[in-house]
Amino acid sequence: MELLSGADMIARFLQDEGVEYIYGYPGGAALHIYDALFRQDKVKHILVRHEQAATHAADGYARAAGKPGVVLVTSGPGATNAVTGIATAYMDSIPMVVLCGQVMSHLIGDDAFQETDIIGVTRPIVKHSFSIRHPSEIPEVLKKAFHLAATGRPGPVVVDIPKDMTAPTERYEYVYPKKVKMRSYNPVTRGHTGQIKKAVDMILKAKRPVFYTGGGVVTGKASEGLTNLVKQLGYPITTTLMGIGAYPQGDDQCLGWLGMHGSYESNMAMHHADLIIAIGARFDDRVTNNTSKFCPTAKIIHVDVDPSSVSKTVRADVPIVGPASSVINEMISLVQGKEIANPEAVSAWWQQINGWRAEREGKLYESSKPGEVLKPQEVVEALCRVTRGEAFVTTDVGQHQMFAAQYYKFEKPNRLITSGGLGTMGFGFPAAMGIKQNYPDDDVVCVTGEGSFQMMMQELSTCKQYGIGVKIVNLNNASLGMVRQWQDLNYKSRHANSYMESLPDFHLLIEAYGFTAITVNTLDELDAALERTFADKHELVFLDVKVDPHEHVYPMQVPLGSMRDMLLSKTERT
Amino acid sequence: MRHIISILMENEPGALSRVVGLFSQRNFNIETLNVAPTEDPSLSRLTVTTIGDDRVIEQITKHLNKLIDVVKLVDLTEGNHIERELMLVKVKAIGAARDEVKRTADIFRAQVVDVTPNLYTVQITGDAVKLDAFLQAMAPIGILEVARTGVSGIARGDKVLSL
Repeated sequence: MELLSGADMIARFLQDEGVEYIYGYPGGAALHIYDALFRQDKVKHILVRHEQAATHAADGYARAAGKPGVVLVTSGPGATNAVTGIATAYMDSIPMVVLCGQVMSHLIGDDAFQETDIIGVTRPIVKHSFSIRHPSEIPEVLKKAFHLAATGRPGPVVVDIPKDMTAPTERYEYVYPKKVKMRSYNPVTRGHTGQIKKAVDMILKAKRPVFYTGGGVVTGKASEGLTNLVKQLGYPITTTLMGIGAYPQGDDQCLGWLGMHGSYESNMAMHHADLIIAIGARFDDRVTNNTSKFCPTAKIIHVDVDPSSVSKTVRADVPIVGPASSVINEMISLVQGKEIANPEAVSAWWQQINGWRAEREGKLYESSKPGEVLKPQEVVEALCRVTRGEAFVTTDVGQHQMFAAQYYKFEKPNRLITSGGLGTMGFGFPAAMGIKQNYPDDDVVCVTGEGSFQMMMQELSTCKQYGIGVKIVNLNNASLGMVRQWQDLNYKSRHANSYMESLPDFHLLIEAYGFTAITVNTLDELDAALERTFADKHELVFLDVKVDPHEHVYPMQVPLGSMRDMLLSKTERT
Repeated sequence: MRHIISILMENEPGALSRVVGLFSQRNFNIETLNVAPTEDPSLSRLTVTTIGDDRVIEQITKHLNKLIDVVKLVDLTEGNHIERELMLVKVKAIGAARDEVKRTADIFRAQVVDVTPNLYTVQITGDAVKLDAFLQAMAPIGILEVARTGVSGIARGDKVLSL
């Protein structure tokens, strides 16, 4: 039997749980825990420069590594600064455990110094939360927190730890709980066999089928199975923004991604389909557009691990509640050795789809002319070329995010790491830090804009401290591009506060931290600059690319329309 | 349509706020709410009445089930059930009204549980419709205060909500 203080239990538990990195920022209520972390060397603490960055870094780590990211912050402002990152993880179903210091138990409710009811503040944006009421509970509560974060539909879990729970003088028995039992939490481990059979029957008989798959396939580690199933059937597939890379984008059966800025052929195929096979996707409003006009001729099969996602916005004809991987595997075994019932209809369907593809080929955007300012799309295409489509690409939010998702061709899951649900500006750079630590020998690049980057640029200091060699590609149009686009389209180009006046000299800024910055103004400078950026995997390089502020992201779905109602350029619409 | 949903949940701090928070967060509506521990002190039973079409009620029950603190739940309105609510009402009772209040209370099988020279305190149990009817009857005489527990309910027959 071993007696440990609450703080030492936390440090020991994190070791026993196999946690490598913890992202955080110290403060009064968390100091006992910080002292315990100081006295060990297995769990590495990364000191960020703002708690929001701690949550985004842990989030990036979690997405790339497929296990919970861990955050440690102090009470009050430390915890409230973490809120945006917790909400980001919640919306994208990312496993995360956030340990928050809290004022001493006897002070709770007194408006004590740095006291915030963080359990209350985070209630709508966590999968669950715990408050420690006795030090002896710590091992069990932490085990539950990690279990909840990582299983079922993953999500963030907050653990509130009053300072007296970690007092070094009070010691209790510590045993690492190998198992956890919760009578009220039993996530499904497989789908209903009858429903799966029914679904497969419909899949085999379909004439105009489309697979529509989302982040659930990525977090559910079901990409391989999905690829096999789709290949075997020979059906078209479109993914959501969160599902990009779950099926190789370079493959002929992949139509790209769908929704507001999805590809023309994806949205057209969805609208005309007779069967939608949705897996790990949640029929989000950025996908469906107007739900009353959504896929008018399609039956819908919906596979999701979270029953509350099924039939939430669009009614499923065949709901299947279960993890993507096991349901897909069951589908594969049922499809095996069977022929599709309507090969002629499916091949006619492909002809129709290829017709849509041909309509837009070479018309996606107009390249810049020699000596002119660059198009952001060209930059992403060059980035993809230089990194051979193999980099981890994080993004912030806005036009650059859409361009990165449209023009970088992802062959693997978890390579596009983006805040899809919450749309958090400032996410990309700290997320890239978290990924780079887990994949030091890979290229990790944050595609950002000068607006988003300025929200978290203090993390340059963290990168300096730990030698984190992420690459930053700043698509600098000196304006909040997506806001500006909406103002162009809906507000007669009245650019209310979307223009970034008084931008810093990024060159000087980056050099102040001791890093390299490169500025690119024209296309002929681009490739060499990118080669230089990626020359050393361990060096942080900031590439400031001046791009056309007048460029818009297309296609763009028309508000309140169906999926096929799209603006295709500044002058064309469907 | 009005639904009565009964929930067994962990008798833990924060559990109630999660359930109530869910309703406001997801724009669901709460008509009445009633909660107390059960014979098993680790469990509380919470009963909520809410209004919504089938799609909304499906979402409410799914989201409630998703809460980690919720162990089990039943939509009582799906089957035969008994619905009760308890109400305490202070009614003006001066002069002729003293008899009138007492008579009406008798008709509703309510009891006068406290008396002062100026008012009666009446206790009444029943379903929400009956309680509303009693309040309507008392309104002309003068209602001074109302305390309602919110609906509690249980299924008829052999069906049992337990672990």
